[in-house]
Amino acid sequence: MRVRSASPPRLPKWVSVFGAVSVILLITSQALALFGTPPDRDMGETMKILYVHVPSAWIAFLAFGTVAFGSVMYLWKRDLRFDVFAAAAAELGTVLIALTIVQGSIWARPTWGVWWTWDPRLTTTAIMLLVYAGYLALRSFTDDEERRARWSAAVGIIGAINVPIVWYSVKWWRTIHQVQSTTESVDDIFLAAFLLNLATFTLFFVYLLLTRFHVAQLERAADARLEERAIGGVIHV
Amino acid sequence: MSWRREWSRIRAIVWKDLTAERRTKANFNAVLFFAVLTLMLFGFAFGPDTETTRSAAAGIIWLTILFAGVLSFNRSYEQELEGGSLDALLLYPGERRSIFIGKLLANLGFVLLVEGIMVPAAGLLYQLPLGRAPGRIALVLLLGSIGFVTLGTFYAAMASRVRAREVLLPLLLFPMLIPLLLGAVQSTAALLGGDLMGNAGSWIRLLVVFDVIFIAVCLLAFDHVIEE
Amino acid sequence: MASDGPALQLSGVTRRFGNRWVLRGINFDAEAGHAVALMGRNGSGKTTLLRVISTLLRPTKGRGRIFGHELVSEAHEIREFTGYLGHHAGIYDDLTAEENLRFSLRMAGLADRDSDIARVLTEVDLLDDRYSRVRGFSAGMRRRLALGRLLLRPPKLLLLDEPYASFDQPGIDFVNRFARRIADEGGIVIIATHDLARAAATVDRVVHIEDGRLLEGTSPELSPDEHVAREVP
Repeated sequence: MRVRSASPPRLPKWVSVFGAVSVILLITSQALALFGTPPDRDMGETMKILYVHVPSAWIAFLAFGTVAFGSVMYLWKRDLRFDVFAAAAAELGTVLIALTIVQGSIWARPTWGVWWTWDPRLTTTAIMLLVYAGYLALRSFTDDEERRARWSAAVGIIGAINVPIVWYSVKWWRTIHQVQSTTESVDDIFLAAFLLNLATFTLFFVYLLLTRFHVAQLERAADARLEERAIGGVIHV
Repeated sequence: MSWRREWSRIRAIVWKDLTAERRTKANFNAVLFFAVLTLMLFGFAFGPDTETTRSAAAGIIWLTILFAGVLSFNRSYEQELEGGSLDALLLYPGERRSIFIGKLLANLGFVLLVEGIMVPAAGLLYQLPLGRAPGRIALVLLLGSIGFVTLGTFYAAMASRVRAREVLLPLLLFPMLIPLLLGAVQSTAALLGGDLMGNAGSWIRLLVVFDVIFIAVCLLAFDHVIEE
Repeated sequence: MASDGPALQLSGVTRRFGNRWVLRGINFDAEAGHAVALMGRNGSGKTTLLRVISTLLRPTKGRGRIFGHELVSEAHEIREFTGYLGHHAGIYDDLTAEENLRFSLRMAGLADRDSDIARVLTEVDLLDDRYSRVRGFSAGMRRRLALGRLLLRPPKLLLLDEPYASFDQPGIDFVNRFARRIADEGGIVIIATHDLARAAATVDRVVHIEDGRLLEGTSPELSPDEHVAREVP
């Protein structure tokens, strides 16, 4: 992104349009899922929270995959934009994971009568929340931009590597979570609703990520102007 | 890079850390007493019924190791930061990874020494049949400690240099240790109970996998983390 | 060895900490065999510049070349021949003087011969305290031990940050003799100091750093008031 000393970068028009479209699609797909599908044989209407819960969980993990990707790219290219991108994804991911856990808890209550179970998926999700809370805490305590980027990258990558290990170990430890409906055992209409919501949530996530990244770039552009005054010349961010 | 030179550097760091520790002993004593104190606190929290505490013993032992051990990792770097010797360490020619390996081994020695006293103490407090499978219990202690110390030494390289280091280190470290905690506690509990289901073996394998993966990952990432 | 320019070249070296720009586009050349005094007030960037040259810090921007090696990508090569004496002695209180030196030799991958250790301790006048723990040392003794560490492995690039602090006159003379020797043997010496009088006889050149920018001084024989500072082109 080129920054000239005259004007700060503006959010590209297409991102705003994309955002509006994705929100509309999101609302539509949720409405379809909530009102357009029949209740589940066994679970009744409570099953419908899964149309929010599963996509939320999906994009939460997508966010953390993005953190890992951004971290690797930063260590490779040493371009601070990758660090900013990873941090934006981590913030989003942490919020989404918290929401996912709350939704999972809300679903567990009428289904199994408990607010919390130690099942693999819920537990792994809670652990990832803690890992990324640590990531964000480390960032907030580290002032130097370059050191913060390096350290975050290391913590982000190592945290991501732990996900499958946590998953398997918790699974061996305890398995009472409902077996995930595979595509064979789900009626077409359920499947369509799931996949649709998965897709719209993903689009919405991309919009949020781009916006958050843009805000971070604005901050850096402000910094760059300070740098120009300090050293002289036009700075490209 | 020559292996012999690096091995000499690693040995130098281990020697230096352990010698400095041996001279003061203050840290070792404090950590050891804290470990015993924690064991007793757990006893008060879960007791006095012997059956209850005995069934929770594996968990109690490993949580005590974690809580006591985490106190020692920041100290490993603080001694470098106090005198400005971290700069000197970083300026020597050679692999910076050797600093990590050296500190890891020194911390491992420290932690194992604490365990060597604390685990028998737990055996006495909670009436545990440690003699049932002493070799394999020792193996679990070793494998669990290796993973713990590896990640602890790694994260302390960062935490020791920022504010709120006392809370930041456990916050970063403990979520990462959960698979290790599960593996160590499950295998220890199984071994103490006679391992009727034969589960200990699979959990021990998990510990080995965990250790191998994170030793490799931390070795790769250390250079990026130890720089100023 | 083909020489393509000065042995030490920095171009556009910039370093920021958070929102503070401590080094601002430093261009600096130094020839082999020269000793340079780096003068500046506290907070002017002296220490940061030395730390960047020593490879302890990466520059935020800019490049450097020292004795044919790139500053950032070949930092490990530069460390092979660099010696740095900073504000902190960087020694271990719980070890003895001898153990500190022994550790230093082993970390540098050198044989830890008793004779070398004894020789160096004699040179810095610490032989009597050989087996004493550093914890009881005065500030001057610590600095001498740190200097001894440098003597064990004489560098080609010698960086001294306020080296005269805590030394009496013999100590100051010793530092200057050591610095001159390194320069005369083809190395580069940079002495950061606010006290030019002490370094004047040893250095060939004076540069000033002010607010993160480098300014060339004139001859070191002039007193500090007579220095005319002009921007390094």
